[in-house]
Amino acid sequence: MTRMTARARRRSIINTIFVTACGLTAVIALGALALIGWSLLTKGIGGINGDLFTMSQPAPGSRGGLLNAITGSVILCLLAMIFAVVIGVLAGTWLSEYGGRTKLGHAVRFLNDVLLSAPSILIGLFVYELLVRNVVGHFSALAGSVALAILAVPIVTRTTEDILLLQPAALREAGMALGATRAFVVRKIVWRSAATGLLTAGLLGFARISGETAPLLFTSLGNQFFSVKLLQPIASLPTTIFQFALSAYEDWQRLAWAGALLIAASVLAINIAGRAIIHGKSS
Amino acid sequence: MHNPAIGGRAPLGEDIFRWLCLSAATLLLAILAGVVVSLAIGGWPAFAKFGLGFLTSSTWNPVSDIYGAAGPIVGTLVTSFLSLAIALPLAIGVAVFLTEFAPARIARPIAVAIELLAGIPSIVYGMWGLFVFAPWFAENVQQPLANSVTPGSLMDTLTQGIPNGANIFTASIILAIMILPYMAAVFRELLLTVPAQVREAGYGIGCTSFEVTARISIPYVRTGVLGVIMLGLGRALGETMAVTFIIGNAHGFPKSLFDSGSTIASTIANEFAEASSDMHSAALIALGLVLFFITFGVLALARLLLARSMR
Repeated sequence: MTRMTARARRRSIINTIFVTACGLTAVIALGALALIGWSLLTKGIGGINGDLFTMSQPAPGSRGGLLNAITGSVILCLLAMIFAVVIGVLAGTWLSEYGGRTKLGHAVRFLNDVLLSAPSILIGLFVYELLVRNVVGHFSALAGSVALAILAVPIVTRTTEDILLLQPAALREAGMALGATRAFVVRKIVWRSAATGLLTAGLLGFARISGETAPLLFTSLGNQFFSVKLLQPIASLPTTIFQFALSAYEDWQRLAWAGALLIAASVLAINIAGRAIIHGKSS
Repeated sequence: MHNPAIGGRAPLGEDIFRWLCLSAATLLLAILAGVVVSLAIGGWPAFAKFGLGFLTSSTWNPVSDIYGAAGPIVGTLVTSFLSLAIALPLAIGVAVFLTEFAPARIARPIAVAIELLAGIPSIVYGMWGLFVFAPWFAENVQQPLANSVTPGSLMDTLTQGIPNGANIFTASIILAIMILPYMAAVFRELLLTVPAQVREAGYGIGCTSFEVTARISIPYVRTGVLGVIMLGLGRALGETMAVTFIIGNAHGFPKSLFDSGSTIASTIANEFAEASSDMHSAALIALGLVLFFITFGVLALARLLLARSMR
């Protein structure tokens, strides 16, 4: 009897240690992340002002903002999303409506998942070899947005497939029964009933690429001037932050923090919007 | 409206749409193939000139145009595994805390917050590492340690380095913080797949929370756990910005934990746009190919393991 009690006590002590350790890891993890958020907020908020959105990047020591970088980022990401949504939605549709259960379907799904977490810098190298060295011949906004598109396509494809598979089969059968063709059913019935989900797919892809730096370093390169030309190098928030943060000038570093806050806040906002849409739909 | 030909050929629009969808799907395969082929072609001059020495030599010298990638390769592996070793216990702890112990009212918002944090761009983590963490680490860890260890001891060898906080160890910690939310989120999803009856049966025969977690829940999802580890490793291996800021960017073989080093991704990010010669670019692209094979292997294994366990 006493042996049992000793054993029970040991088990209970181990359990207490375990529960405490788990709680502690949660505190450490959240603490580290909160620290990062706090630095971002305190160091970034000082740089957020009117100039940030209305002036292009300054020479060290003079007044300026990130207008050229913000514009560049918006152009790069929007263009990338146009490519990515067209390809991703079509590919996701094929997986869900046509060939998802064939051998090719399994291969596409598997490689898509691998592509989903492939190192973004390698996508940058690929686009450099393809567009910068060969087709276009120099750094360009177009190359940057193609690189970003390649990063967003797997997310859009994956989310599209998941969402289309959620649409009830009865919906498709009803359309077919009325004599509509398969393509018509997919476009006018399935896509339409999944519209908010497809929007979320786009938003998630957008959130993923808007902070990407590595693939832009040698595709869109960066540009210290305001530019909207697609075949010329273009500035972007991440590359400008990278350049400014590593510079020796304090005002450039301040702008880098403001830019980092801007990116983090918009990524958070986009992700929250995406979640809110799904949540609003399901409840 | 179309008049579907019963038993005959489908209308033209039908074929076109189906064909469009199919080509979008195959484009994905083409992209992946394109990545391998372009890296292989671009890196070929370096492999041809240096042969196997490219992988084993640690001389990386753009001035004399001689390139050996052992330094960055070792740096990549060391930082990735070190960050995994730090992040894994934390991720498991957080996930277990959220699924087993935390009341639903706290668990839900924390889980959402962690998933949102997984989406924060890596450049933000890198900046924090450079401006906040590295100076703190240099002042409060590196310098006191340097003053207190006995010269010549193992600890001394491990902690040699310039006391500026930019080294392999701090880079690994930043990487760990970065992959932590991601791993914790996937791991939590895995734990949620353990059927309630199985766990309750454990509690029913008098198991403690620790016993239920360690002997029932985690064994139940064990292949998935391996998948999560591989996914985290895949992210750490290919991560660029968080590391580039803080690793110190030295090309040699790292001599200690607190020595500055480089990873494959950070070397490419730093040097590619300003490569000094054709051989320099070729060597960097060849590095990219090495990284591709390492991460592709790890990620493919991760997906296979996860798919098996989620099903």
